Amino acid sequence: MSTIDARNVDFYYGNFHTLKNINLEVQKSEVVALIGPSGCGKSTFLRLLNRMNDLIDGVSITGTILINGLDIYATSVRVDELRKEVGMVFQKPNPFPKSIFDNVAYGLRVNGVKDKALIEQRVEESLKSAALWGEVKEKMKKSAFALSLGQQQRLCIARALAVKPKVILMDEPASALDPISTTKIEDLIHELKQDYTIVIVTHNMQQASRVSDKTAYFYLGELIEYDKTTTIFTNPQKLSTQNYITGRFG
Amino acid sequence: MNINKQQAQKIAFILFRLMSFSVVGVLLIILGLIIYRGIGTISWDFLSQAPEQGMTKGGIYPAIIGTLYLILGSSLFSFPIGIMSGIFMSEYAANNRLIVMIRIMTNSLSGVPSVVFGLFGMSLFVNTLGFGDSILAGSLTLGLLSLPLVIRTTEESLKAVDYAYREGSLALGASKLQTIRNVVFPMAFPNIISGLILSIGRVSGETAPILFTVAAYFLPKLPSSIFDQVMALPYHLYVISTSGTDIEASRDIAYGTALVLVTIVLILNILANLLRRYFAKKVKTN
Repeated sequence: MSTIDARNVDFYYGNFHTLKNINLEVQKSEVVALIGPSGCGKSTFLRLLNRMNDLIDGVSITGTILINGLDIYATSVRVDELRKEVGMVFQKPNPFPKSIFDNVAYGLRVNGVKDKALIEQRVEESLKSAALWGEVKEKMKKSAFALSLGQQQRLCIARALAVKPKVILMDEPASALDPISTTKIEDLIHELKQDYTIVIVTHNMQQASRVSDKTAYFYLGELIEYDKTTTIFTNPQKLSTQNYITGRFG
Repeated sequence: MNINKQQAQKIAFILFRLMSFSVVGVLLIILGLIIYRGIGTISWDFLSQAPEQGMTKGGIYPAIIGTLYLILGSSLFSFPIGIMSGIFMSEYAANNRLIVMIRIMTNSLSGVPSVVFGLFGMSLFVNTLGFGDSILAGSLTLGLLSLPLVIRTTEESLKAVDYAYREGSLALGASKLQTIRNVVFPMAFPNIISGLILSIGRVSGETAPILFTVAAYFLPKLPSSIFDQVMALPYHLYVISTSGTDIEASRDIAYGTALVLVTIVLILNILANLLRRYFAKKVKTN
């Protein structure tokens, strides 16, 4: 069973047909990069996977998206339960104006975890998994805003890990960061793929080729090509893909 | 004569500067006059005694207490309702026709002359609901008056919180209410609190809404329940300047009263700023 299985997905913003008949499968512990020019629909697709687009008025979706076999748009699905399974990291680091500890504990607390020892243990684990523990263990009570942008983004990753998701969605997670912080995030993705399935949107072609196992190329709302990353970058089947990855447009 | 753009710029800036200084100037003149004429009257007795001899002597203690009661009463009414409406308008309401209507009405409500609020309060609270001239009726009327400001401040402050924080919270499986309570509201709180205090400043200076609903011409004893009348600073000022027993003899008391009123509003403004900064700091560094 695929971890993510999108079948015949169409998506509309009002009358605007944003995604056209998308079929895409992601296997467990794969890293899949979504690439394509601005407005191609890659971020929209990513946000369908944890139903973040539900927050926008006047959108509609047809087709099915299965995550671990469960139809996430079925009426019986609780969206907060889904979002525990499918975590998200955003383009701009968005830690809460709380302490470092409270940021990581947030997801547990809002989901009803009261056991203090458990929370402390999960916070430590998550910060270690996000390669941030060594830098913050002495200042857990300090504001998250006191961290550098790169650290903030790793904190946001730790925050997502704390609720033990199966899938992590990343929406251009390094685009606001400097090269060194970017490298750290990319190293982290390599580490995390042992335990998590990751879908990452990126504008950076090198990044896609460095971090992902498979790459999906979107253009004007269509999934043009989806294959092993090495194939996409060395031997793309479609001319449009080739033009994009070689920088002829986009 | 041709003016080149450098000269035009110079003239424009001189004009802008002059205008903004003139505003400060007018404020300073008003304050200066009130302090100059009123400071001599201020004494412990003035602040702690009731008026005497047809309000030409004695203090203004009952009016100070009355104004404080009205501030408290109107806040108890307008803050919860206003904040909850503001949250609804900003976080829950879809941008449909109903909401646009509510917003337009809220704005119109803030444009209604305060004397109309006074008449409305008299008709509804004093007569129809039978509260009589009372702290309750006056507080409700003043609360209505400040409600639009409270709603607007809450709504705007919440809207100013970056959408990214809401998404961050929701993406962790938090409900909308949890997101508002734990993330959005605390971030907006510094601005909300300063808005609330400014609305208190407005309430404390209003005369017309309390004229028919609560204010007593002369009532030296303090109220014993919310169904009692009270004296209030702005109305007392109005009375002794226009229809007192001896207007000339109570002129100094009038300036003293004005000084006390202005000082209360000034203190509230400073408090608003301090609280805003305090909570802004607290939110950021936790």
